[in-house]
Amino acid sequence: MAKSKTTLRYEFLKGLWDENPILKSLLGLCPVLAVTNSAINGLAMGLATTFVLLSSSIIISSIRNLIPNQVRIPAFIVIIATFVTVADRFLAAFFPLISKDLGPYVPLIVVNCIILGRQEAFSSKNSVFRSIIDSSGMGVGFILVLVALGGFREILGSASLFGVTVLGDWFQPWLVMILPGGAFLGLGIFIGIANWINDRRARA
Amino acid sequence: MKLILLFISAAVVNNFVLSYFLGICPFIGVSKKVSSAVSMGMAVTFVMTITAAVTWLIYHLILVPANLEILQYVSFILVISSLVQLVEMFVKKISKPLYDTLGIYLPLITTNCAILGLALFAVLREYNFMESLVYGIGAGAGFSLAIVIMAGIREELELAKVPKPFEGAGITMIVAASLALAFMGFAGLISV
Repeated sequence: MAKSKTTLRYEFLKGLWDENPILKSLLGLCPVLAVTNSAINGLAMGLATTFVLLSSSIIISSIRNLIPNQVRIPAFIVIIATFVTVADRFLAAFFPLISKDLGPYVPLIVVNCIILGRQEAFSSKNSVFRSIIDSSGMGVGFILVLVALGGFREILGSASLFGVTVLGDWFQPWLVMILPGGAFLGLGIFIGIANWINDRRARA
Repeated sequence: MKLILLFISAAVVNNFVLSYFLGICPFIGVSKKVSSAVSMGMAVTFVMTITAAVTWLIYHLILVPANLEILQYVSFILVISSLVQLVEMFVKKISKPLYDTLGIYLPLITTNCAILGLALFAVLREYNFMESLVYGIGAGAGFSLAIVIMAGIREELELAKVPKPFEGAGITMIVAASLALAFMGFAGLISV
């Protein structure tokens, strides 16, 4: 195992910035854009995705030697789809409002490239413990960006954060930020800022 | 008449890419050149049309009678991945030139969320068979339209001076934002 030298701390932290699934690898953009019209929806989506990512990583890394190489992708997808069904039913039972808001984007976690990407790139080659660390890092990185983007759009678009009004009457909400256009705009700005910070760090 | 409205609604008013954010990965990844964008659009439309028909049959003829709606995600994704595989083999056998044009984009369609999204939306909105089929064609046409416009803009962008941190994905997103705004102009066309 070539990667055994990298520390566990790094396996976790790389998901937060260095290999952030959204800002760096541009994976799983569909849910990022679709559900970030408020911070709470971003959080719910992030948690659901992290749950699926973590559970499938545990299962796949523990049976990684049993899956024949040729059929690994279909096998991964079936495992992922099973956990997505669990997450979807759970949300529908305990948080019906959020589940209604997220709509078909919860089942669409199945085709979220972050999850399949991590299974293919990491869990299918590493031990259960390392896979847990790796997917928690990726999951936390994903949640952070979703909540930040959701909060950014919610503050500008509806003058509130997590449903609580934060900006006074003087602020005219920018309706565009909670519409589709605002999603692309917000993410474009986030990616630009992330690249700018990286440039500065690389030069310093 | 209803079918025509449905087609227009799926293609421009509720464009899959620009208002549902489905299929963003190929939209960003394969929109550097107009020619490859056209191929991708064709491939997606092709698969979408077949998927719409097949998943409708599976859902209404197998899952509903057997009371197994809970299995819809698992069965849809399996159907889509095997369908893409089948389409790939079929196209290779029937028309080699078309296969060469579509190239690697065919297998990549499995992970395109627009396809699964299409199947789920069709179930959610309780379309009948014809409606699902038209919805599939319309969604495919909308995807092709969006990706080809995007590729056209990006070819011009190559010559523009973009601030360095925004090069690549950043500016693409911001261009997509203005496209999405433009497409919102269609919203008054139909109230679906």
